[in-house]
Amino acid sequence: MSRVAEIVDAIRAGQSSPGAMAREVAARLALAETRALNAVLAWSSDALDREAARIDGQGRGALTGVPVAIKDNIVTTEQPTTCGSKILEGYVSPFDATAVVRLRGAGAMIAAKTNLDEFAMGSSTEHSAFGRVHHPLDPARVPGGSSGGSAAVVAAHVVPAALGSETGGSVRQPASFCGIVGVKPTYGRVSRYGLVAFGSSLDCISVFGETTDDAARILSVISGHDPLDATTVDRPPTEMPDGPASLDGMTIGLPQEYFPDDLDPGVRAATDRAVSVLRELGAKVKPVSLPHSRYAVPTYYVIAPAEAASNLARYDGARYGQRVVGEGGGLRDLYRATRGAGFGPEVRRRILIGTYVLSAGYYDAYYTKAQQVRVRIAQDFGQVFGQGVDYLFTPTTPTPAFAAGERTEDPVSMYLADIFTAAISLAGLPAMSLPIGRIDGLPIGGQLIAPAFDETGMLAVGMALEQAIDPTAEALS
Amino acid sequence: MTWETVIGLEVHVQLATESKMFCGCAVTFGDPPNTHVCPVCLGLPGALPVPNALAVGLGVRAALALGATVHARSVFARKNYFYPDLPKGYQISQFDRPLSTGGAVRFTSAERGDVVISITRLHLEEDAGKSLHDRFPGKTAVDLNRAGAPLAEIVSGPDLRSPAEARAYLVTLKQILEFSGISDCSMEKGSLRVDANLSIRRPGETILGTKTEVKNMNSFANVERALTAERDRQAGLLEQGGSVTQTTLLFDATTGTVRPMRIKEESHDYRYFPEPDLPPLVLDQSLIEHQREQLGELPEAMQQRFVRQYRNITAEDAFELTLEKGLAQYFERVVEAGADDKKAANWVRTEAKSAYNESGTFGIAPDRLASLIGLVDEGVVSLQAAKRIFTELLQTAEEPRHVAERLQLLQVADTDQLAAWVAEVLAAFPDEVARYREGETKLMGFFVGQVMKTSKGQADPKGVQPVLAKQLRS
Repeated sequence: MSRVAEIVDAIRAGQSSPGAMAREVAARLALAETRALNAVLAWSSDALDREAARIDGQGRGALTGVPVAIKDNIVTTEQPTTCGSKILEGYVSPFDATAVVRLRGAGAMIAAKTNLDEFAMGSSTEHSAFGRVHHPLDPARVPGGSSGGSAAVVAAHVVPAALGSETGGSVRQPASFCGIVGVKPTYGRVSRYGLVAFGSSLDCISVFGETTDDAARILSVISGHDPLDATTVDRPPTEMPDGPASLDGMTIGLPQEYFPDDLDPGVRAATDRAVSVLRELGAKVKPVSLPHSRYAVPTYYVIAPAEAASNLARYDGARYGQRVVGEGGGLRDLYRATRGAGFGPEVRRRILIGTYVLSAGYYDAYYTKAQQVRVRIAQDFGQVFGQGVDYLFTPTTPTPAFAAGERTEDPVSMYLADIFTAAISLAGLPAMSLPIGRIDGLPIGGQLIAPAFDETGMLAVGMALEQAIDPTAEALS
Repeated sequence: MTWETVIGLEVHVQLATESKMFCGCAVTFGDPPNTHVCPVCLGLPGALPVPNALAVGLGVRAALALGATVHARSVFARKNYFYPDLPKGYQISQFDRPLSTGGAVRFTSAERGDVVISITRLHLEEDAGKSLHDRFPGKTAVDLNRAGAPLAEIVSGPDLRSPAEARAYLVTLKQILEFSGISDCSMEKGSLRVDANLSIRRPGETILGTKTEVKNMNSFANVERALTAERDRQAGLLEQGGSVTQTTLLFDATTGTVRPMRIKEESHDYRYFPEPDLPPLVLDQSLIEHQREQLGELPEAMQQRFVRQYRNITAEDAFELTLEKGLAQYFERVVEAGADDKKAANWVRTEAKSAYNESGTFGIAPDRLASLIGLVDEGVVSLQAAKRIFTELLQTAEEPRHVAERLQLLQVADTDQLAAWVAEVLAAFPDEVARYREGETKLMGFFVGQVMKTSKGQADPKGVQPVLAKQLRS
């Protein structure tokens, strides 16, 4: 079952049209506004109409008429790109991201720009300069983050799919919280051209879908080599899976470090159930070890801020974005005033961490060490996949969606929301989260991890699991 | 008390590419501000760098020209600092894994004879933009046309021993880079920039003294002046019992002095780290070999060949002719067209070179210059007349002989005509004739000059003297 396929087929069959889709999405966006999700930062029915007219004028493509929401750290020429930050308020990019160009080329319409943690730094979408995003099922809770806006609009059935971005779990984690599918491709599979950089060696444009099929269709359009991004690999786009995989004879590894003794009982129950489903489908399930994954969060919080501190240096008030001339009127005053007023507390915190770990005298102790650990973390995965394990399965998040405000005063507790996703980002591997059950009505996701560039195989396993499991069943009942 | 001066130079040369280091914008000079910019070199959100293969190739060629080791794998790194003309807040450069290390520049030092100056490293980087402090009163304007232009930074060892050697090193380096088509090395256009490190110590000392860095030198002559001023300043300090503080100084060409940069401008921790937007730069051997083929003959080799091949020219001729590739090539074509090598060297080093320096072209095809030289050799025109013809040839496509005829500059060896001119002169100067006949024979030169004048340069001076002697005797 795929919402994306339904739309494409209906338009192809003449039962619907891009114009009709544009009006429908506008109505859904308006409805979402009345629900005060605060998931969307920019949309307009005029812009949707223009998208529909543009699609009418082009030949039929793989995504004709499919409305896609775009995280607001992916640049678009039709709407502003703010990154959820005051420092870029009102900024309109003169170019579209490669992923956006490819979506539009395949006939998709850009429906909206979605709210996010400022510069994608956060795990709850509370760190947006434009207010927090509410969980579609419980407004007192967070949708996860940093791609919380994109997750919320898909979960609320505003659009069937959306682009988010991952640096350490920013799509898989909100997918888990919101009960939808989130797919992070291999690093280098999707062009980062037009993704506003946070941690360049980790950043991946990633996809939300109502179902695995929805996400897979989007990924197959946006992936593939891009001459504008020197870190993309020279490989064709990911292929659509033929359908749910047969798990007969397949080996799924369960990394023990991802099932700690103190794991939330609901999460344990949900993953246990998913594991039995995998067995029932014919998979051989085997415990494995990824010993260095326990260092993933601290390693991540050295490397990502180091790169971020450098990537965010360009927001200095000199060329674009917010400019605050400081007291004294000098150059340093401009920098201090602009950056002090433009960046929120979490971004400032990470810039400070990143500047510190790269400083003379600290570089080896932090940055060099973190790079060494990163290599070990990646080697762990290589070893496991080299020993006959086809895919790995883990919980996506240690808990279901937490309450708004619960972790904002304690950054480390917030950072630990990424404990099961960060290692995969550091290793550059593809992974996906799909809903495997509920805990007191709140969705929880399971995570599939694949060897590099095996997105298609992973998606097929995801489809098989998705088909066999009831994502709305209470895990503890 | 004497001091030994120790100098190392960091030279930035702009690589001769059409487009910038990491984007497709044109590299130009003198265009209106901010007209060659794009999302990449403006550092707009979401833009990413892609290395310019030609710039990488020229960097490799530069390394080969200096005899350096080209590393098959090097790493781009970010150098982080805030400045308005640095759009991303970092410069993409190379740090601990440069494109190449090793290499040397050889030249003849006036003080020490033949010297070998080691090259420590050569790395690739992008240029920053330009801050214009004098455009708007009290404000700084920024021109980003230059931002992202491809540069090679060439760092020498602390092997230079005088400001004059520093200058000679630069002349040689520029010659090598120009020869191989790596850079046009114009300090005026900013395509070659020099920073210098200088310290002094007692002769025989092996430990380096405290160094200072000198910047803002806009010509080779000013490099020598600035380093002389800094050497004298350091010597003065030490001789008065003071000490040198490690600092950065700016040269002021109007006063010929150096002054310290404001402290806060130099206290940088650049926080270098590997550029995550670019994979390591991996060069395959075929690319390196291709650049080796493009290298062509280097100046040192050409100079040696000239001395071997052109038997009549001097070592100095060979040095001067090979200072610029264009000059050397022109000289060779003139000889190929049949001119005597020594005479060709004289013409190329003087008349042809000044014409070239003035207009940027030689103006006269090599075969025409060769035939002009031939006319002098054959005695058809005098050397003096030939220089007039040369000037004329710059304006016209006529054959040198036709020009000589048109301007009536052909030498006349016809004895009857010569006799007529001589008779005219002797008649005009009866007193001198009388003095000559009384034994004042040094007046012969005077008579020859007068005959040349009367003949408007057409008389063959060799033929004039016997005719004069004959008529004076009679």
